[in-house]
Amino acid sequence: MDFTSRIFQLALYGIVSGSIITLGAIGLSLTYGILKFANFAHGDVMATGAFLALIFLNLFQRLALPSSPFHPLSFGLPLVLAFILCMVATGGVAIGIDSALYKRLRGTRSITLLIASVGVAFILRNVLQFIWGPDPRYYIKKIQVSVRLPILGLRIKHDQVFIIIVAACLVIFLHFFLTRTRMGKAMRATSDNMDLAKVSGIDTEKVIKWTWVIGSALAAAGAVLAGIDNKFITPSFGWDMLLPIFAAVILGGIGSPYGAMLGGMVIGLSSEISTAFIATSYKPAVAFIIMVVMLLIKPRGLLGEK
Amino acid sequence: MEAFIGILNYAVFFAITAGIFAVLCLGLNIQWGYTGLFNIGIAGFYAVGAYTSALISGPPPGPMDWRVVGGFQLPWPVGFVGAALVSGLIAFIIGIPTLKLKEDYLAIATIGIAEVIRLIIKNESWLTNSVWGIKHITSPLALPIERGIRALLRANPGFPLWLQRLVSNGYNWFYLGMVVLILLLLYGVSEKMIRSPWGRVLRAIREDEIATSTAGKNIFWFKMQSLVFGAMIMGMAGSLYAHYARFIDAETFEPFFGTFLIWVMLIVGGSGNNLGAILGAFTIWGVWAGTEFLTHGWGLTGYRAASLRVISVGVILEFILLLRPRGILGEEKVVSFIFKKERR
Amino acid sequence: MIVLNVENIIAGYGETEILHGVSCKVEKKEIVTIIGPNGAGKSTLMKAILGLLKPTQGKIFFSNKDITGKNPNQIVQEGICYVPQSDNVFPSLTVEENLEMGAFIRRDGFREKINEVYQIFPDLKEKRKVKAKKLSGGQRQMVAMGRALMLDPALLLLDEPSAGLAPRLVQTIFNKIIQINEKEVSILMVEQNARRALEISHRGYVLAMGHNRFEGSGEDILSNEEIGKLYLGE
Repeated sequence: MDFTSRIFQLALYGIVSGSIITLGAIGLSLTYGILKFANFAHGDVMATGAFLALIFLNLFQRLALPSSPFHPLSFGLPLVLAFILCMVATGGVAIGIDSALYKRLRGTRSITLLIASVGVAFILRNVLQFIWGPDPRYYIKKIQVSVRLPILGLRIKHDQVFIIIVAACLVIFLHFFLTRTRMGKAMRATSDNMDLAKVSGIDTEKVIKWTWVIGSALAAAGAVLAGIDNKFITPSFGWDMLLPIFAAVILGGIGSPYGAMLGGMVIGLSSEISTAFIATSYKPAVAFIIMVVMLLIKPRGLLGEK
Repeated sequence: MEAFIGILNYAVFFAITAGIFAVLCLGLNIQWGYTGLFNIGIAGFYAVGAYTSALISGPPPGPMDWRVVGGFQLPWPVGFVGAALVSGLIAFIIGIPTLKLKEDYLAIATIGIAEVIRLIIKNESWLTNSVWGIKHITSPLALPIERGIRALLRANPGFPLWLQRLVSNGYNWFYLGMVVLILLLLYGVSEKMIRSPWGRVLRAIREDEIATSTAGKNIFWFKMQSLVFGAMIMGMAGSLYAHYARFIDAETFEPFFGTFLIWVMLIVGGSGNNLGAILGAFTIWGVWAGTEFLTHGWGLTGYRAASLRVISVGVILEFILLLRPRGILGEEKVVSFIFKKERR
Repeated sequence: MIVLNVENIIAGYGETEILHGVSCKVEKKEIVTIIGPNGAGKSTLMKAILGLLKPTQGKIFFSNKDITGKNPNQIVQEGICYVPQSDNVFPSLTVEENLEMGAFIRRDGFREKINEVYQIFPDLKEKRKVKAKKLSGGQRQMVAMGRALMLDPALLLLDEPSAGLAPRLVQTIFNKIIQINEKEVSILMVEQNARRALEISHRGYVLAMGHNRFEGSGEDILSNEEIGKLYLGE
């Protein structure tokens, strides 16, 4: 493989990981926009989603649901159902955490919420580790062979095409939700100005609940897609995602879900492409450096406002 | 009597570790408690201090090591000062892009730098021996003191067992003394600085940045000084740790021990209060040690025990935030604030 | 009929007390203006009426119903809408979306109501798809007032509606206020532009240092020499 096609190959992988980062970053950006605090537990919420999917997956396999894979994908109905259910369940977990903790701290300084979220991050991660242990847990045992595309000899797996399509659908769905529905518009309004939303009669507590549900469901979706891509999940997944999703949010502009999409793609692409030049183990550092450069030149991010 | 000496020796070990954590808490208290700088990358500065000190004052690479540099075996104080300087330098660099921004940015930037430092430790084996870590780090005055202890024991074969045990733990007593001395020194310096006009400006920045800047203070430089000063103290703690544990690797400075625990300590003790910082360190380190007995008692081992202990510390933090956000001691009212924040 | 009755309320932020027992009334179809120097507690009074901050003492009645200590969204439901002085539009929402947010708690169709608002503010109809952050100051004020009208309020609270507007626009805004009032909406406003506001008001209150200083008809206040000197800048 020559250098150009290698770069394009990495870019293709970059789109896959960018899709996953985007789904994580959107939720982070939504809660940032509305609750005005950086939720450091968001990565671990993602990981929680991935493990909730594992519970459902095991359940469906035990229920002897037809589990033959959807050709040409490497997984079948149980994982698809688990995917959908875990989004709902993760939304529920997020609302639970909110009403147990964040809600009681609302009205204090946003930094208190941030500290609380760091605590939540450690609690979630260790609950996962307590139950499932630190070793990888597998969604899919089968190995999938990648197919060759007619251009530049690029290769991609069917599962990865699935990941990109699902992520794109979710993003489009979110766009319609935010621009076409009453609740979506209320979310944007609350993000713009919570006090004004209150005096307009918007039930901001309800908006906050919806924000947690949507953000966490998308986070869970991203985590499961990552699990499909890697075949396995670990409790430390959330920590590994933290820098990329924060970098994506800051790059795109805090509070802007569209910025988060753009940022997610840029981070995914640049992290993957960087491996052509530097050691793979430094991938998380690339996201960080892009973020710092952004902070230096345009702290409000590419699409940031205010 | 022997059981008592066993407990005493454990207490010394406990106090050294808690003391090192207390030093870290003092560093964080300057940044967060007095200036409002949100640093959640303590582990990075701590690790940099430990490695710098180990490279300056530690042994040269052994035949099995990947590491090719460092190990100048200079006296420990040189390593200690070097640790402070290099940590401070890193803080300075990270402060440039972030200190003008909102506190959340500093938070994510510090977590990022800590992660980058961890990656460097893991990957740059020429410098850090990567996952194999740096072994046999020399402790200050260890050779003469331990030689003295051996000579003492040889000269007095008639010592009862408990006395022998007590005496053989002599070096730890020495190290504890050193840690306490440095802790007291740093406490004194920090108190003095915090009560100076400089410290008043820091608190004014924390309370109301805009008002302070309109009062003609260069916020950025004050924040920078606080960040660097705090990081230097964290670097010193790293040096104290490295030369006590005599072994460091990337795992030593993982986010829980390197950062989170220290935050919990400061918040529990009471941020903005140096005594609270020290009290918090000893309390939480005690809780942490206590959870080990508990999980042990429940028959939990390995990752299950470790996870449960971390969860319990997390839950303590959340309860403190909900029920007693000012911590045990709360903030000490040192002087009346220059600016009382007026809300519109 | 009395629409709003504020009785001796004490309120403030945290430990700082700003209103030390303020009373005021708004009758049906009235325009009432509150004037007073900076720091008199005018905006605080507005916020207390709307439930954005809770009075420590005193009572607020709306159409004879006690609304003291209720939350803003409940009070809005009762029929009081509020236009804050600044940041009174959702910048990243379009004009029409802003109006829609004003009708958030309406379950019935709000299309008709939007058209009514467009009748009062024809400029907004042209800009319906434009994001509010792209509008001029006067247009924003109109969006903000339009938003507040979406619920057919019985009482409209306006916090400095003419603040920061060009003199030409100030008159337009006051004309709009009269127009809104003609639709049987009572209005309570706070104004720096005291003279112009009192000219269109039925009654007025003068607030100073968190206390009632004077009350009377618009003309009474305008013709009172002492008040003229102290608060109307003569």
